[in-house]
Amino acid sequence: MQFHKYDVVIVGAGGAGMRAALAAATEAGHAPRTAVLTKLYPTRSHTGAAQGGMCAALANVEEDNWEWHTFDTIKGGDYLVDQDAAEVMAKEAIDAVLDLEKMGLPFNRTPEGRIDQRRFGGHTRNHGEAAVRRACYAADRTGHMILQTLYQNCVKHGIEFFNEFYVLDICLTETESGPVCTGAVAYELATGEIHVFQAKAVVFATGGFGKVFKTTSNAHTLTGDGMGIIFRKGLPLEDMEFYQFHPTGLAGLGILLTEGARGEGAILRNASGERFMERYAPTIKDLAPRDIVARSMALEVLEGRGAGPNKDYVLLDCTHLGAEVLETKLPDITEFARTYLAVDPVTEPVPVYPTAHYAMGGIPTNIHGEVLRDNDNVIPGLYAAGECACVSVHGANRLGTNSLLDINVFGRRAGLSAANYAANHDLIDLPENPATVVQDQVSLLLSDHGRERVADIRTALQATMDANASVYRTEETLKQALHDVQALKDRYAHISVQDKGKRFNTDLLEAVELGFLLELAEILVVGALERKESRGGHAREDYPNRDDTNYMRHSMFYKQGDGLKSEIRLDYKPVTFTRYKPMERKY
Amino acid sequence: MTAATVDRETSGARGDQPPVPDGAITITVKIMRFNPEVDSEPRWESFGVPALPTDRVLNLLHYVKWYLDGTLTFRRSCAHGICGSDAMQINGVNRLACKVLVKDLMSGGGKHTTITVAPIKGLPVHKDLLVDMEPFMEAFRAVKPFLITYGNEPTRERIQSAADRERFDDTTKCILCACCTTSCPVFWNEGSYFGPAAIVNAHRFIFDSRDEGSQERLDILNDAEGVWRCRTTFNCTDACPRGIQVTKAIQEVKRALLFRR
Repeated sequence: MQFHKYDVVIVGAGGAGMRAALAAATEAGHAPRTAVLTKLYPTRSHTGAAQGGMCAALANVEEDNWEWHTFDTIKGGDYLVDQDAAEVMAKEAIDAVLDLEKMGLPFNRTPEGRIDQRRFGGHTRNHGEAAVRRACYAADRTGHMILQTLYQNCVKHGIEFFNEFYVLDICLTETESGPVCTGAVAYELATGEIHVFQAKAVVFATGGFGKVFKTTSNAHTLTGDGMGIIFRKGLPLEDMEFYQFHPTGLAGLGILLTEGARGEGAILRNASGERFMERYAPTIKDLAPRDIVARSMALEVLEGRGAGPNKDYVLLDCTHLGAEVLETKLPDITEFARTYLAVDPVTEPVPVYPTAHYAMGGIPTNIHGEVLRDNDNVIPGLYAAGECACVSVHGANRLGTNSLLDINVFGRRAGLSAANYAANHDLIDLPENPATVVQDQVSLLLSDHGRERVADIRTALQATMDANASVYRTEETLKQALHDVQALKDRYAHISVQDKGKRFNTDLLEAVELGFLLELAEILVVGALERKESRGGHAREDYPNRDDTNYMRHSMFYKQGDGLKSEIRLDYKPVTFTRYKPMERKY
Repeated sequence: MTAATVDRETSGARGDQPPVPDGAITITVKIMRFNPEVDSEPRWESFGVPALPTDRVLNLLHYVKWYLDGTLTFRRSCAHGICGSDAMQINGVNRLACKVLVKDLMSGGGKHTTITVAPIKGLPVHKDLLVDMEPFMEAFRAVKPFLITYGNEPTRERIQSAADRERFDDTTKCILCACCTTSCPVFWNEGSYFGPAAIVNAHRFIFDSRDEGSQERLDILNDAEGVWRCRTTFNCTDACPRGIQVTKAIQEVKRALLFRR
């Protein structure tokens, strides 16, 4: 076992983690000793897969202001957004984009040489009048450019990385005023060695958990590790029932095709060629928010208007955009359709269906990135940002581009908060035997105590989640999902890992990841069962309406007891309102 | 490479296999294995894998890992050619396993298909298909791959014409997968050569109208291990999964060196 001491330890090297590291290193006014721990290699994180853009009311191409952006974010989130947080994000969006440009990000440009902007779902002029050009973009590689630019700047500023260090636990030390975060424990993939990082401040930026579903735009490595660690520590997770299904995944594969395609004018059509979004969102049509478009697509298929031999998808028609627009503004998705479906978007419509994409919920934080241990108190020294966190700026449904914005605005805020906290506090002693949990976990998984295979359990989990807890849910399907997930948890207790070695044991890694997936799937399903209404990304066929009287509140999930078989306790947290009263959501 | 070959049956290797989908054919996946914990040298091992023509090679590797041999080790993440984790030699050429479909590798005339998979060349192998990326990343970091500017920052964005932005568009696409660098014979023979990827990333800034660090970067590339080692074999351009004109970018950097000042 090895010990390390740092001022700030950042877990995760995607957009939020690297933005936090840069803020700590360059903006805090002092230079805390900072380490970034990632289970991957830098630039492998899934921020790089984001495509369409990052919204900010720059007003470079038409009138816009951050107040409209705030409103769109709140309405888009079906009013479950904490309005103070949305205000912060929309206001700071402008500097967030300009900062990236100054760091070197190659945005597409207007004829005047300014950052170009395009339309995106749910982003409107003057509170819903019409779609507005707000998304700053670099072709359909905006996430790639953000990830590369942030890494380039980490190289520039000599940020220290621990690559392929898989964080499996945090250290909480009990003090008179309650628990304080004092470090993190990591498993080094190359050697199997356990490392304890003592730190004044720890920032979690570990991403989402899309791999609970089979059809997903998420990477294999998005297994909710950070959220799982927090939950196992008895700390709450917020709004986990709200999971976004991106409307345009490549049918059958789930690979993302950016909403930017529709921003550039692409149209969704059913089997008969009808532009069906005109029926569901008469004003902004194909540029309605993702929850509405995904539901509409699912309905078209359920009601028999799907395309293809099995009528199980709809079509994204880009053919009228022309080869020039596709090759220059949407080159990657054009290539994905050609490579993976052998469909050329220049001449044929592309088969698409909703794909599991983004967790609105996560580790609850305030607008400074501080992690909450209940509705009112924070854990000193612990921060979270990005998809793993829930500020909540996305409420029940995130607007397109707001995740790239979230990682930059709140990644920066979490990094600054951590650096400032570290400057004003001393290292606190670690709890006794800080590595015990991780050591036990690893040795248990490596020991022979069963014949269950990781892949079998994971496949079954993903199948039941796709079938029972995706775009539309009912009491019946959710109960089935809960039953299945709990049965799979029982089987997980008998998991067998074939690779017993210490060197790059990715077999072990997958087993650990599966444990987190099972835990998070159960929380999602429990939350979805308890929320007897439809709001944003959570659509209940048996409760089709939003119910503000009973459910205008955040869900807070706590683990009760130890081990995988523990109970989930559900509590609630009020939504923060500033100036926007909930209204019926029409587009 | 000479190495012992072991063939392993599909059935019973590790419990029951998942149901085989309609239309699947059996592909032999021949993989270069090496685990320094147990092997003294690399060896070939073959697995029979049911596959659909539309499957990615990555699906086949996953099948082996998940159902036949859990010790098989490789990196992967996004599975659609964006993260750059799964560069490997597939049938002798550098590719991302998630961007090559089985149908593009199938033998004609109903012949049985064998797909060979080996680690990318020129970097130390840690285990099976997983290599040490540090020498590669070190070369990347050495070329100052970040925007260098002097003087005060503007309050708004820097102005850049669409044409100036277009000038370096091709090299912004790099995902640091190492397909190009590890396809380069010069890199194989002289590990100290920066390699194509580092030069591509230098190009991305040298030709960015906002950047003021070109001279520093060109000085670095003018070094003995720098751009002049390139012998224009075009392996890099063929290998790039992002379609970057790598050799052209290297030539442009050479030209910038010749005509500077």
